[in-house]
Amino acid sequence: MSWRGLGGLVLAALILAAVGYWLPWTRTLLIIAMSKGLAALGIIVLLRAGQVSFGHAMFFAASAYAAGFVSRALGGTDIAVMLIVGVVAAAALSAVVGLFVVRYRQIFFGMLNLALSMVLYSILEKFFEITGGSDGLRMRRPSMFGLVLDRNDFDLALVFLSIGFALLATVGVLVYFASPLGQALRAIKSNETRLEYIGVSARSVLLISYVISAVTGAVGGVLLAALQELASPSFSYWIQSGEFVFIAILGGAAHPIGAFAGALVYEGVQIYASAFATDVWELILGLVIVGIILFAPRGLVGLAYETFAGRARKAPADDSGAIYDVAPAAGEQRQ
Amino acid sequence: MTSELLLIATLDGIAYAALVFIVSVGLTLIFGVLRVLNVAHGSLYAVGAYVAASFGLGIAAAKISPWLSYPALAVAAAIVGIVLGSAIERLLLQRIYDKEEVLQLLATFAVFMILDDVQRLIWGVQPYFVATPLQLLGNVQIGSITYTAYQIILLPAVAVVVLVGLRLYLRHATSGKVILAVAEDREAARAIGINVSRVYLTTFIIGAILAALGGSLASPTTSILPGMGTDMLVLSFAVAASAGLGRIEGAAITALLIGLGRSIAVYWAPELDILVPYLIMTLVLLVRPQGLFSSFQSRRI
Repeated sequence: MSWRGLGGLVLAALILAAVGYWLPWTRTLLIIAMSKGLAALGIIVLLRAGQVSFGHAMFFAASAYAAGFVSRALGGTDIAVMLIVGVVAAAALSAVVGLFVVRYRQIFFGMLNLALSMVLYSILEKFFEITGGSDGLRMRRPSMFGLVLDRNDFDLALVFLSIGFALLATVGVLVYFASPLGQALRAIKSNETRLEYIGVSARSVLLISYVISAVTGAVGGVLLAALQELASPSFSYWIQSGEFVFIAILGGAAHPIGAFAGALVYEGVQIYASAFATDVWELILGLVIVGIILFAPRGLVGLAYETFAGRARKAPADDSGAIYDVAPAAGEQRQ
Repeated sequence: MTSELLLIATLDGIAYAALVFIVSVGLTLIFGVLRVLNVAHGSLYAVGAYVAASFGLGIAAAKISPWLSYPALAVAAAIVGIVLGSAIERLLLQRIYDKEEVLQLLATFAVFMILDDVQRLIWGVQPYFVATPLQLLGNVQIGSITYTAYQIILLPAVAVVVLVGLRLYLRHATSGKVILAVAEDREAARAIGINVSRVYLTTFIIGAILAALGGSLASPTTSILPGMGTDMLVLSFAVAASAGLGRIEGAAITALLIGLGRSIAVYWAPELDILVPYLIMTLVLLVRPQGLFSSFQSRRI
C-alpha cells in the first residue's frame, strides 16, 4: 500500500470522527454504519474469490451473543473482553462451518451459508431459557477499557472505537489482498484448476478468507450489541445477511473502503426512508439494486474511480467483466 | 409417539410435500434451463396465494356457485405466472444473462424485495383466510383419523398431475423437447435454429405458474400473511438442492422426505420444525454435493 493511500484513509477516518464529535445526532448512525460496514467488508473479502455468502449474519450474531453471555455471566464487563470473546467465538464457529462450506462454490456456497445461518437463527429464537428467545439477550453497557462512562460519553467513545476498527480492518484487508494469500484468492475466482496445479490448496485459501471475513463481521456484531445493549435473533436473520451483501455491492467490491462508503449511504438513506417511506423501503432498496446491477455494476467505488481517476488515466479494462476487481486495489499499485 | 400421531404426521407431511413439490419443481425447472436461481420464486408463491384469496372473496361476495373457486385457483396461478413471469424475464433477466451468477442471484433477490412491498401495498398486513375450497370437499376417514379431502386427495393428485404432465411434455411434445435441448447445450441448440430467448421466456413462465399454483393451492389451508414467501423459498430451494438442481423426479422424492421430516418434527420436537429442512439439506449436501439424484453424465432435467 502506498503512503498516500494510507494517508487518505487516515484522513477519511479523522473526518468521520470529527463529524461524530461535533454532530452528536450522527453518532448512532456512524456506529451502526461502521458495524455493518465491517460485516460487509467480510463479504468483499469473499467476493475476491468470486463467492458470495447469504448467511454471514451468523457470525455477526454469534459474536454478539458470545459477548452477551460473558457480560451476563460476569454481571457487566469491559468492551475489550466482549470484543475478544466475540471474535474468538466467531473465529471458532467460522473455522468449523468453513471446513464444510469451502467445498462448495457459487449458488451452493451462498445457499449453504444461508441455511446454516437460519439454523442459528432458529436456535437463538427457540431456546428461550438460554438465549432470551425473540426478545433477545439484554446486556449491561460495558465499561470502555476500564472507564465507566455515561450514555453520551460512551457513545462518543464507541464512535471513535468503531471508526478505528474500520480503519484497521480496511488497512488489514488491503495488506491481505496484496499478500500471496490474497492473490491466490483472486485466482480462485479466475481459474481454480490452475491454482491447484501450482500446488496451492484452493480450499485452505478460501477457508482462511472465510475466517477473516467472519472476524471482521464479529467485531461489527459486538460493536452493534454494545451500542444497543442487546443481541437479538434478527442479527442472524437472512435479511440481515442480505443487507450485508447489498451494502458490499452498493459500495463496490473493488476496494475495501467500498464497504464503509456503502454502509454510510445505506444507513443515511434508511433514516430518511424510515421517516417518509416506511411502507416502500424494501421496494426502493430493490429498485436501487436493480439499478446498480444494470447501470453501475462497480458500485460507489467504481463510480468514484471513473469520476476522479478516469480523467487522469483511462480506467483499466475490467478483465473478468465483473464488479469485483475493477481498479487495481491500492495494495497492488506498488508493483 | 403413538401410532395415531404418526399417522397424522404422515398425512400432514404428504399434504405439505405436495405443495412444496409443486413450488420447487418450478424452481428447479428454471434453474435447469436458465441457470438462474430465481429467488423471486418465493414472492410468486405469495402473490399466487393473495390473488387466489382475492378471487375467493370475490366469488363469495358475488354469491355465485362456490364450486367456481376451484377453477379460480388455477386461473389465479395462470394470471400471476404469465403477467409477473414474463415481466421479470423480459424486463430484467434478459439483460443480465451474460453477467455473473452472483449478480443474477442478487437481481432476483431485488425482485423478491420489491414484490414483498408490493404485496403489502396491495393487500395490507392483515391475514387473509379463505377456506371455501377446503370445506366444500369435506373430510375423509383414514383409520381413526378424519382428514380434509382437499389436503390429502386433491393436493397430492395435483402434484402427481404436475409431475407426470411435465415429464410427458418435456419428453414427448416438440416444445418440451426444445426446452430439454436448451438445457442440455445452449450453444448447440442455438446453432440448430432454436430460438433460445423464447425458450427462456416459456420456461420462466411455466416455472412462475407452478410457483403461483403452489401459492393458490396453499391459500385455503393457511392464513395468508406478508413474509409467507420466504419460508417457502428456502424450503423449495432445500428440496431442489437436495435432489440436485434441475432434477424433476428427484424433487418429488426429496419433497416427500423433507415434508415428512418436517411434520414429524412438529409433533415430536416442535422447537426443531424450522430446522429440519435445513438439516436434511445440509446432511444431503455434505454426503453428496451434487444432490441425491444428480450424476455428471445424466441430463439436467
